[in-house]
Amino acid sequence: MSSSAEVSGRAGPPGHSVARPAGPALEVVDLSKRFGRVRALASASIAFTPGAVTALIGPNSAGKTTLLKSIVGLVRPDDGCVLMNGTVVDAGGAYRRDVGYMPQLPAFPPHMTGQELVDMIDDLRGFDGEPDESLIDDLEVRDEMSKPFGSLSGGTRQKVNAALAFRYRPTVLILDEPTAGLDPVASLTLKRKIRERREEGATVLITSHDLGSLESLAEEIVFLLEGRLRFHASLVRLLEETGQRSLEAAIAELMLRGRGAGDEIRPKRATTPDVSVGDDTARDDPGLANEEGVA
Amino acid sequence: MIGRAAKVMRYQVVDLLRGRALVGYALFFAAATSGLSLLGGGTARALPSLATLILLVVPLVSLLLATTTVYHRGDFVNLLLSHPVGRRPVFVGIHLGVTLPLTAAFLLGLLLPLVAGGIGAEHVADVAILAVAGVLLTGVFSSIGLVVGLSFDRLARGAGFALLLWLALVVLYDGAVLFAAYRWAAYPMEGPMLALMALNPVDLARVMVLVALDASALMGYTGAVFQDFFGGASGLLVAAACLALWMAAPAFAAMRLFERKDL
Repeated sequence: MSSSAEVSGRAGPPGHSVARPAGPALEVVDLSKRFGRVRALASASIAFTPGAVTALIGPNSAGKTTLLKSIVGLVRPDDGCVLMNGTVVDAGGAYRRDVGYMPQLPAFPPHMTGQELVDMIDDLRGFDGEPDESLIDDLEVRDEMSKPFGSLSGGTRQKVNAALAFRYRPTVLILDEPTAGLDPVASLTLKRKIRERREEGATVLITSHDLGSLESLAEEIVFLLEGRLRFHASLVRLLEETGQRSLEAAIAELMLRGRGAGDEIRPKRATTPDVSVGDDTARDDPGLANEEGVA
Repeated sequence: MIGRAAKVMRYQVVDLLRGRALVGYALFFAAATSGLSLLGGGTARALPSLATLILLVVPLVSLLLATTTVYHRGDFVNLLLSHPVGRRPVFVGIHLGVTLPLTAAFLLGLLLPLVAGGIGAEHVADVAILAVAGVLLTGVFSSIGLVVGLSFDRLARGAGFALLLWLALVVLYDGAVLFAAYRWAAYPMEGPMLALMALNPVDLARVMVLVALDASALMGYTGAVFQDFFGGASGLLVAAACLALWMAAPAFAAMRLFERKDL
């Protein structure tokens, strides 16, 4: 698999005209996970572009959440590993200092207030820096922080969830359905925040059922089907490749092709040499494709 | 690692104290101790009854509280493990966060009334043995409870299994041993009996307590064999050592389960 030299070589996506800081290189290698008879991940290898927003897309039970949880360390993969900046992440979880994770359904201890949660995590992290509390104000949950988490509505819980994930200025953001349950105003606020962190160089992984939202956020698309990586390229390349004008239509096209073609979705190699298709040999920087597409 | 575990433990203890189960547990022992001392005519008469009570109640409460903790603290554990805290310190914190408050509640409930009522100097050693046996049982069964909780996905199943286990070890086991002794009475049974006893932590604690109280009538079959075999102090030490092993092995098993658990 990729050596560390290779990984650091990919540190900056050359596709961005304005140089912006790039966050950690995050990579999963041969990740496999079964839950009983269900295969959630089948030897998935993905190198996420540092400093870019990558959307994980796939039908229900495609393995998106399992992939994200494996990266965070909540799910123990049967096989394979997670690399951050070229090194396998440590079992002690020290790498999570740089990771902000929004779980799909925030299940925090119900009798603790948001403030108690925040204080506890500050304490456990030994955090004495300046926390990023902008989301507490921007999502208007300052008052709710003093109420027990269990008494909050679903949307408000999600806001506290977001505030906690962004609090420690993480350079890696793992966002599992971050806008689920949010009203449109809050959803826009959160998306603005995600873009802001991206501009500051964070590497962002995001899933959502709202493909419209993803289209406005994501530069990279990872398409998973039955635990396998089926497609990984820039959004622009995906649209070009499928001949569709929206992400939704392009994904539908991929799913239809997946059904027809059996096991692999192969782009036309001659015209798209830089699209990686679950295939290590063609894993060039998709940022390049992005620029070509725009130009 | 130790600092993190201590912090996790602190939050766990605060949470346990928020629920009133532990206070009830301490009060139960306080009531039982003072009741038995007052009604039974002094500490000497109360000790064997207290011993029986400890052997029944401490395993049950420790087992159930530890098992249910695994499910009730799922959210807490999930949250901690999304941050830079390793699984090992979280496990150690949760384990100690259950075991130490249980121990404290037991000791307070047992000792406060006795001390308040004034223990005669001749009973200090007996009470101490009772306390040690209870503390060891607490550690053993909270460790086993964590194994049970981590082995079943659902609370109802985990708690159900914990209850069955308690029933088996506290009630059924000695009956089965007695039956075996009767069935194979023609053969020398001391060796197998000792082995069978070492396999049941409740039996071990029972021997500890009743060897000390010199009340072999209450010992059950395995205990009688054990006292005969080891007699006084050495038997006590062997039983305590076996109990310590019974604490360490499940704790280690639970840690392995926890380190591999998918959340």
